[in-house]
Amino acid sequence: MKRNYKGLRRRLPAEPIQYFYTMYSAKVLEHLESPRNVGEMVDATVCGEATNPVCGDLLHLYLKVVDGKIASSSFQVQGCPPSIAAGSVLTELITGISPEEARQLKPQDITRALGTLPRNKEHCSVLAIDALRNALAKIQSDVV
Amino acid sequence: MEHTRKLRDYLEEELFKRIPGISVNGDRGHRVPNISNINFDNVEGEGLQISLDLKGVAVSTGSACASGSQEPSHVLMAIGLPRDTGYGSLRFSLSKDNSKEEIDYLLETLPPIVEKLRKISPQAKERRPAVELSSA
Repeated sequence: MKRNYKGLRRRLPAEPIQYFYTMYSAKVLEHLESPRNVGEMVDATVCGEATNPVCGDLLHLYLKVVDGKIASSSFQVQGCPPSIAAGSVLTELITGISPEEARQLKPQDITRALGTLPRNKEHCSVLAIDALRNALAKIQSDVV
Repeated sequence: MEHTRKLRDYLEEELFKRIPGISVNGDRGHRVPNISNINFDNVEGEGLQISLDLKGVAVSTGSACASGSQEPSHVLMAIGLPRDTGYGSLRFSLSKDNSKEEIDYLLETLPPIVEKLRKISPQAKERRPAVELSSA
Protein backbone atom coordinates (compact mmCIF):
# COMPACT_ATOMS: atom_id res chain seq x y z
CA MET A 1 0.00 0.00 0.00
CA LYS A 2 1.38 3.37 -0.93
CA ARG A 3 1.42 5.69 2.03
CA ASN A 4 0.28 9.20 1.61
CA TYR A 5 3.11 11.09 3.22
CA LYS A 6 1.54 14.40 2.34
CA GLY A 7 -1.31 13.67 4.69
CA LEU A 8 1.12 12.78 7.44
CA ARG A 9 3.15 15.91 7.08
CA ARG A 10 3.29 17.82 10.28
CA ARG A 11 1.78 21.26 9.97
CA LEU A 12 3.07 24.23 11.85
CA PRO A 13 1.08 24.43 15.04
CA ALA A 14 -1.31 27.30 15.59
CA GLU A 15 -1.06 26.72 19.33
CA PRO A 16 2.23 25.73 20.92
CA ILE A 17 2.39 22.01 21.54
CA GLN A 18 3.36 21.46 25.15
CA TYR A 19 4.92 18.02 25.25
CA PHE A 20 7.10 18.89 28.19
CA TYR A 21 4.16 19.33 30.47
CA THR A 22 4.62 15.70 31.26
CA MET A 23 8.18 16.36 32.38
CA TYR A 24 8.10 19.82 33.93
CA SER A 25 5.32 21.55 35.82
CA ALA A 26 3.49 24.47 34.26
CA LYS A 27 5.17 26.71 36.82
CA VAL A 28 8.67 25.67 35.71
CA LEU A 29 7.80 26.33 32.08
CA GLU A 30 6.29 29.66 32.97
CA HIS A 31 9.48 30.75 34.76
CA LEU A 32 11.51 29.53 31.79
CA GLU A 33 9.39 31.59 29.43
CA SER A 34 9.52 34.73 31.56
CA PRO A 35 12.11 34.54 34.31
CA ARG A 36 11.81 37.21 37.02
CA ASN A 37 14.59 39.46 38.34
CA VAL A 38 17.21 38.46 35.80
CA GLY A 39 20.62 40.07 35.59
CA GLU A 40 23.58 41.35 37.48
CA MET A 41 22.85 43.86 40.23
CA VAL A 42 25.47 46.59 40.25
CA ASP A 43 24.66 47.96 43.71
CA ALA A 44 24.12 44.59 45.38
CA THR A 45 25.08 44.18 49.04
CA VAL A 46 26.35 40.66 48.43
CA CYS A 47 26.63 38.15 45.62
CA GLY A 48 26.24 34.44 46.29
CA GLU A 49 27.45 31.73 43.98
CA ALA A 50 26.81 28.04 43.63
CA THR A 51 27.81 25.44 41.10
CA ASN A 52 26.72 21.92 40.46
CA PRO A 53 29.74 19.87 39.45
CA VAL A 54 27.65 17.14 37.82
CA CYS A 55 25.78 19.13 35.21
CA GLY A 56 28.01 22.19 35.46
CA ASP A 57 25.18 24.57 36.31
CA LEU A 58 26.24 27.90 37.74
CA LEU A 59 24.02 30.30 39.65
CA HIS A 60 24.78 33.84 40.79
CA LEU A 61 22.47 35.45 43.28
CA TYR A 62 22.56 39.17 44.08
CA LEU A 63 20.98 40.53 47.24
CA LYS A 64 20.43 44.09 48.27
CA VAL A 65 19.83 44.37 51.99
CA VAL A 66 18.25 47.55 53.31
CA ASP A 67 17.23 48.00 56.97
CA GLY A 68 17.51 44.32 57.78
CA LYS A 69 15.34 43.22 54.85
CA ILE A 70 16.20 41.87 51.44
CA ALA A 71 14.94 44.85 49.47
CA SER A 72 15.64 43.33 46.09
CA SER A 73 17.37 40.36 44.56
CA SER A 74 18.35 39.18 41.14
CA PHE A 75 19.97 36.13 39.63
CA GLN A 76 21.91 34.87 36.66
CA VAL A 77 22.14 31.25 35.77
CA GLN A 78 23.84 29.07 33.24
CA GLY A 79 21.92 25.87 33.36
CA CYS A 80 18.96 23.72 32.56
CA PRO A 81 15.33 24.91 32.68
CA PRO A 82 14.68 23.86 36.30
CA SER A 83 17.77 25.78 37.42
CA ILE A 84 16.49 28.88 35.66
CA ALA A 85 13.08 28.40 37.26
CA ALA A 86 14.62 27.73 40.68
CA GLY A 87 16.68 30.94 40.52
CA SER A 88 13.70 32.91 39.36
CA VAL A 89 11.34 31.61 42.02
CA LEU A 90 14.01 32.04 44.70
CA THR A 91 14.24 35.76 44.01
CA GLU A 92 10.46 35.95 44.38
CA LEU A 93 10.54 34.08 47.66
CA ILE A 94 13.29 36.06 49.35
CA THR A 95 12.45 39.60 48.29
CA GLY A 96 10.89 41.44 51.22
CA ILE A 97 11.93 39.05 53.98
CA SER A 98 14.83 39.35 56.41
CA PRO A 99 18.11 37.46 55.93
CA GLU A 100 17.28 35.40 59.04
CA GLU A 101 14.00 34.29 57.53
CA ALA A 102 15.73 33.58 54.24
CA ARG A 103 18.18 31.36 56.10
CA GLN A 104 15.28 29.07 57.03
CA LEU A 105 14.46 28.29 53.38
CA LYS A 106 15.10 24.73 52.27
CA PRO A 107 15.42 23.15 48.83
CA GLN A 108 11.96 21.65 49.35
CA ASP A 109 10.50 25.16 49.57
CA ILE A 110 11.84 25.91 46.10
CA THR A 111 10.52 22.64 44.72
CA ARG A 112 7.13 23.31 46.29
CA ALA A 113 7.03 26.84 44.89
CA LEU A 114 7.65 25.36 41.45
CA GLY A 115 4.86 22.85 41.83
CA THR A 116 7.07 19.84 41.38
CA LEU A 117 10.37 18.84 39.85
CA PRO A 118 11.39 15.56 38.22
CA ARG A 119 13.43 13.55 40.69
CA ASN A 120 16.64 13.80 38.72
CA LYS A 121 16.24 17.59 38.71
CA GLU A 122 15.69 18.15 42.39
CA HIS A 123 19.33 19.19 42.70
CA CYS A 124 18.34 22.42 40.94
CA SER A 125 16.51 23.57 44.08
CA VAL A 126 19.60 22.66 46.07
CA LEU A 127 21.69 24.81 43.72
CA ALA A 128 19.44 27.82 44.36
CA ILE A 129 19.54 27.35 48.12
CA ASP A 130 23.33 26.86 48.03
CA ALA A 131 23.68 30.20 46.30
CA LEU A 132 21.37 31.80 48.85
CA ARG A 133 23.33 30.41 51.80
CA ASN A 134 26.58 31.46 50.18
CA ALA A 135 25.24 35.01 49.89
CA LEU A 136 23.81 35.05 53.43
CA ALA A 137 27.10 33.86 54.90
CA LYS A 138 28.79 36.81 53.25
CA ILE A 139 26.26 39.22 54.75
CA GLN A 140 27.11 37.98 58.21
CA SER A 141 30.83 38.36 57.78
CA ASP A 142 30.45 41.77 56.13
CA VAL A 143 28.09 43.35 58.61
CA VAL A 144 29.28 41.94 61.92
CA MET B 1 18.52 12.81 0.27
CA GLU B 2 19.24 15.81 -1.90
CA HIS B 3 16.14 17.56 -0.52
CA THR B 4 17.21 17.01 3.09
CA ARG B 5 20.76 18.06 2.36
CA LYS B 6 19.57 21.30 0.81
CA LEU B 7 17.28 22.01 3.76
CA ARG B 8 20.06 21.23 6.23
CA ASP B 9 22.55 23.46 4.45
CA TYR B 10 19.94 26.23 4.20
CA LEU B 11 19.25 25.89 7.94
CA GLU B 12 22.93 26.13 8.87
CA GLU B 13 23.66 28.97 6.50
CA GLU B 14 20.77 31.04 7.80
CA LEU B 15 21.48 30.26 11.45
CA PHE B 16 25.04 31.47 11.00
CA LYS B 17 23.70 34.73 9.58
CA ARG B 18 21.18 35.23 12.37
CA ILE B 19 22.86 34.04 15.56
CA PRO B 20 26.38 35.00 16.64
CA GLY B 21 28.55 32.57 18.59
CA ILE B 22 27.48 29.28 17.06
CA SER B 23 29.43 26.50 15.40
CA VAL B 24 28.78 23.18 13.72
CA ASN B 25 29.95 20.13 15.63
CA GLY B 26 31.71 17.47 13.63
CA ASP B 27 33.02 17.34 10.10
CA ARG B 28 30.96 19.44 7.72
CA GLY B 29 31.88 17.34 4.72
CA HIS B 30 31.82 13.77 5.94
CA ARG B 31 28.43 13.35 7.52
CA VAL B 32 24.90 12.19 6.90
CA PRO B 33 22.80 14.74 5.03
CA ASN B 34 19.86 14.99 7.40
CA ILE B 35 21.50 15.95 10.67
CA SER B 36 22.93 19.19 11.90
CA ASN B 37 24.51 19.37 15.31
CA ILE B 38 25.10 22.94 16.36
CA ASN B 39 26.82 24.42 19.39
CA PHE B 40 25.51 27.64 20.92
CA ASP B 41 28.05 29.46 23.09
CA ASN B 42 26.92 30.30 26.64
CA VAL B 43 23.54 28.61 26.35
CA GLU B 44 22.36 25.39 27.90
CA GLY B 45 20.97 23.01 25.30
CA GLU B 46 18.02 21.85 27.34
CA GLY B 47 16.70 25.37 27.80
CA LEU B 48 16.77 25.80 24.04
CA GLN B 49 15.24 22.41 23.48
CA ILE B 50 12.30 23.04 25.76
CA SER B 51 11.72 26.60 24.63
CA LEU B 52 11.62 25.32 21.06
CA ASP B 53 9.35 22.49 22.09
CA LEU B 54 6.91 25.03 23.49
CA LYS B 55 6.87 26.61 20.04
CA GLY B 56 6.20 23.28 18.40
CA VAL B 57 9.71 22.46 17.16
CA ALA B 58 11.19 19.12 18.14
CA VAL B 59 14.98 19.06 18.50
CA SER B 60 17.30 17.05 20.69
CA THR B 61 20.27 17.62 22.94
CA GLY B 62 21.58 14.06 22.87
CA SER B 63 20.77 10.64 21.62
CA ALA B 64 17.33 9.24 22.39
CA CYS B 65 18.79 6.54 24.60
CA ALA B 66 20.23 9.24 26.85
CA SER B 67 17.10 11.36 27.29
CA GLY B 68 16.66 12.57 30.84
CA SER B 69 20.37 12.27 31.44
CA GLN B 70 22.27 15.34 32.62
CA GLU B 71 25.46 14.31 30.94
CA PRO B 72 26.36 15.92 27.63
CA SER B 73 26.08 13.76 24.52
CA HIS B 74 28.60 10.93 24.71
CA VAL B 75 29.10 11.22 20.96
CA LEU B 76 30.20 14.84 21.21
CA MET B 77 32.51 13.90 24.09
CA ALA B 78 33.93 11.04 22.04
CA ILE B 79 34.87 13.28 19.12
CA GLY B 80 36.88 15.33 21.59
CA LEU B 81 34.75 18.39 22.21
CA PRO B 82 34.91 20.13 25.59
CA ARG B 83 32.04 19.58 28.04
CA ASP B 84 30.84 23.16 27.57
CA THR B 85 30.23 22.46 23.93
CA GLY B 86 28.43 19.26 24.78
CA TYR B 87 26.06 21.05 27.14
CA GLY B 88 25.29 23.81 24.69
CA SER B 89 24.59 21.74 21.60
CA LEU B 90 21.42 20.89 19.76
CA ARG B 91 20.77 18.25 17.13
CA PHE B 92 18.41 19.15 14.33
CA SER B 93 17.27 16.02 12.54
CA LEU B 94 15.54 16.64 9.24
CA SER B 95 13.66 14.28 6.99
CA LYS B 96 12.17 14.27 3.51
CA ASP B 97 8.87 15.33 5.08
CA ASN B 98 10.24 18.63 6.34
CA SER B 99 9.61 21.70 4.24
CA LYS B 100 11.38 24.98 3.72
CA GLU B 101 8.50 26.73 5.50
CA GLU B 102 9.20 24.69 8.60
CA ILE B 103 12.86 25.68 8.49
CA ASP B 104 11.84 29.31 8.07
CA TYR B 105 9.60 28.99 11.11
CA LEU B 106 12.54 27.64 13.11
CA LEU B 107 14.79 30.42 11.84
CA GLU B 108 12.32 32.99 13.11
CA THR B 109 11.74 31.25 16.43
CA LEU B 110 15.25 30.34 17.51
CA PRO B 111 17.23 33.64 17.55
CA PRO B 112 15.04 35.36 20.21
CA ILE B 113 15.20 32.26 22.40
CA VAL B 114 19.00 32.15 22.21
CA GLU B 115 19.16 35.84 22.97
CA LYS B 116 16.87 35.47 25.98
CA LEU B 117 18.82 32.57 27.46
CA ARG B 118 22.13 34.36 26.93
CA LYS B 119 20.78 37.31 28.88
CA ILE B 120 20.07 35.05 31.85
CA SER B 121 23.51 33.52 31.76
CA PRO B 122 26.45 34.97 33.67
CA GLN B 123 29.29 35.54 31.29
CA ALA B 124 31.35 32.68 30.04
CA LYS B 125 34.63 33.41 31.81
CA GLU B 126 34.10 31.59 35.06
CA ARG B 127 31.63 28.91 34.22
CA ARG B 128 31.75 25.15 34.39
CA PRO B 129 34.38 23.87 36.77
CA ALA B 130 33.16 20.38 35.86
CA VAL B 131 36.33 19.24 34.14
CA GLU B 132 38.66 20.30 36.90
CA LEU B 133 36.46 18.75 39.57
CA SER B 134 36.18 15.40 37.88
CA SER B 135 39.90 15.16 37.27
CA ALA B 136 40.76 16.29 40.80
